[in-house]
Amino acid sequence: MVETSGGAPVKRNDVWVVVEQHDGVAAEVSLELLGRARELADQLGVQVGAVLIGAGSALKDIATALVARGADTVFFVAHSDLAHYLAQPYTQVVAGLIREHEPQIVLYGATTTGRDLAPRVASALRTGLTADCTDLRIGDHSLKGEEYKDLLYQIRPAFGGNIIATIISPLHRPQMATVREGVMVMPEEDRRRDGRIIAVPVTRTPEPIKVREGVALSDADFVVKLIKRVQEEKRVDLKGARIVVSGGVGVGSRDGFALVEELARTVGGVVGASRAAVDAGWIAHDHQVGQTGTTVRPKLYIACGISGSVQHRAGMDQSARILAINDDPLAPIFSVAHYGVVGDLHKVIPLLIQAYKTKGAGGAAAPAPAAADGGAS
Amino acid sequence: MPQLRIVVLVKQVPDTANVTGEAMKEDGTINRAALPAVFNPEDLNALEEALKLKDRHDARVTVMTMGPPAAVQVLRDSLYRGADEVILLTDRAFAGADTLATSYALSLAVRKLGGADLVLCGRQAIDGDTAQVGPQTAEKLGYPQITCVSRIDELSAPADGEAGSGAITATRSIEGGFETLTSPLPCLLTVTGEANDPRPASVKMVMTYKGIAAEAMPEYDDSYLNPESDDAEVCMLGRDGKPVCRAKVVQWDHEALVADREALGLRGSPTRVKEIESVVLAQSEARMVTPDEAGIAELVHELIEEHILG
Repeated sequence: MVETSGGAPVKRNDVWVVVEQHDGVAAEVSLELLGRARELADQLGVQVGAVLIGAGSALKDIATALVARGADTVFFVAHSDLAHYLAQPYTQVVAGLIREHEPQIVLYGATTTGRDLAPRVASALRTGLTADCTDLRIGDHSLKGEEYKDLLYQIRPAFGGNIIATIISPLHRPQMATVREGVMVMPEEDRRRDGRIIAVPVTRTPEPIKVREGVALSDADFVVKLIKRVQEEKRVDLKGARIVVSGGVGVGSRDGFALVEELARTVGGVVGASRAAVDAGWIAHDHQVGQTGTTVRPKLYIACGISGSVQHRAGMDQSARILAINDDPLAPIFSVAHYGVVGDLHKVIPLLIQAYKTKGAGGAAAPAPAAADGGAS
Repeated sequence: MPQLRIVVLVKQVPDTANVTGEAMKEDGTINRAALPAVFNPEDLNALEEALKLKDRHDARVTVMTMGPPAAVQVLRDSLYRGADEVILLTDRAFAGADTLATSYALSLAVRKLGGADLVLCGRQAIDGDTAQVGPQTAEKLGYPQITCVSRIDELSAPADGEAGSGAITATRSIEGGFETLTSPLPCLLTVTGEANDPRPASVKMVMTYKGIAAEAMPEYDDSYLNPESDDAEVCMLGRDGKPVCRAKVVQWDHEALVADREALGLRGSPTRVKEIESVVLAQSEARMVTPDEAGIAELVHELIEEHILG
């Protein structure tokens, strides 16, 4: 039963998820987070709250779905001016609700939206925030003779993926983290779950005012205007690809990617890339493989000039076969590869293309028989 | 005073993107000391956007970094590319800062300059990848923000003497698409690697500023940048034909910022690193293939035979 408003007052110390939605559709990462929030809350003996901000009739359906995925309370913040995400008004709403209800943990999806919003909220509340977590747990900590019970362990790769750090925020509340999409398991939907939806009143005035209940927004919160938002269907189908040919720093340039693309075309594969190659601007982010991109499990993964950071390997190490080409024999990518070629990819890739075009032709030991006589040997 | 004041926030970082064999310890973990210190890549993109705006507008580009004294190198690199003014925030009191304490110090420094029309920084630094300092600094300054910017579409500079005028339109990358937003000035933007290809250092500027050292200047006094002033040392003519004054590397500590010690460095940082686990790489079990025609042909043949390729 989903109940709207009323009931007992909201308890403090809950575990919250700030839900992201675009055009009436909840982001998958928000639903995934509800699953982990549920586990954390059960362990702590508290409840799960979800903050839902937006406008339009579909927002109610999301609220009901949030309860079905594990929320006990949904803070329902609807106003036509909040239809699209904007950093300042959303910060006001989230920070205001946190101040009022004092949750102990607040989680956000580590999307471009979540990573725009969460730091602004953390700064406004002067509390800690850990970016891009890959795991969350509850644990204790001792500091200067003091024991801290039931802290949120915020676990994330750092230093280019060469270390895994556990971050805590022992003295500040709430403990906040953004969490990468796809690392938490999506909870099952249970339409019979009990929960309640609390409509939060929004007061929208030209000048800032204080309100006793709900959130107040003024013109000063809306100085930034969204002119255009374009979201294309993902053109790059990395997830469904049988073969992925990826390029990294070793590719060297935007032009160098033409070679990677040619190999992909030749073998019927999809072009992937390491984050470094994407960050360098050589290829669009849609092609990125790894923790901060897409996780792939193709039959064959060809890594060209990719050193193989933890983040990258996390996105491809389940591939059936991995072929790594790198001029550094100590590159970490070789530790997950089934086949390794130590050499210059600008020489090795053309050899691969040539070998494939002649279909391997039985290897060097047995050159392809000349077909000129037309007959079987 | 120029019409448009741009502050670029930059960071010197260990080059985590190019971990080579030499930086690897025998136990398979990374020897961080063996990684060279570099200009954080996306901060260079932010600087380039600032310099591009300066190419078109009457602007002053001020580059600021917080870090150990050695971080002066990223300020020299900024001068080599055309920055007008550079500021080093260095003090033991800043050490151990997480993103919240860092943004506090940076916001105080921007305020000490008298604010800015535009604050630019890279989307994130490659050592921490948090992408938090930009938005947190914006919040502390009370500026709007546009993060993940891949293009500045339009800038109208503030009208002379009219505070709060001027606007910027920028496009940010989002999952599978983009958003275009417009904001009044002042505004803070975080810039991604997609935005541009940063210009190289100018040889002339390298000659001018090579080895320039930082000097403590607790009071903010930029008269040395005014060609008319007695303190100014005109060192060349800019591309617009106007005289360019020799920059100084201004160094500020926590006292210069009149900062609350409790909000700085480790003390001002809510987050703590509880544990660090080095990622240990398993011994290689890959079958090594010789990088020649015969080796590759044999590999491709085998993959086709096994229906992996085909």
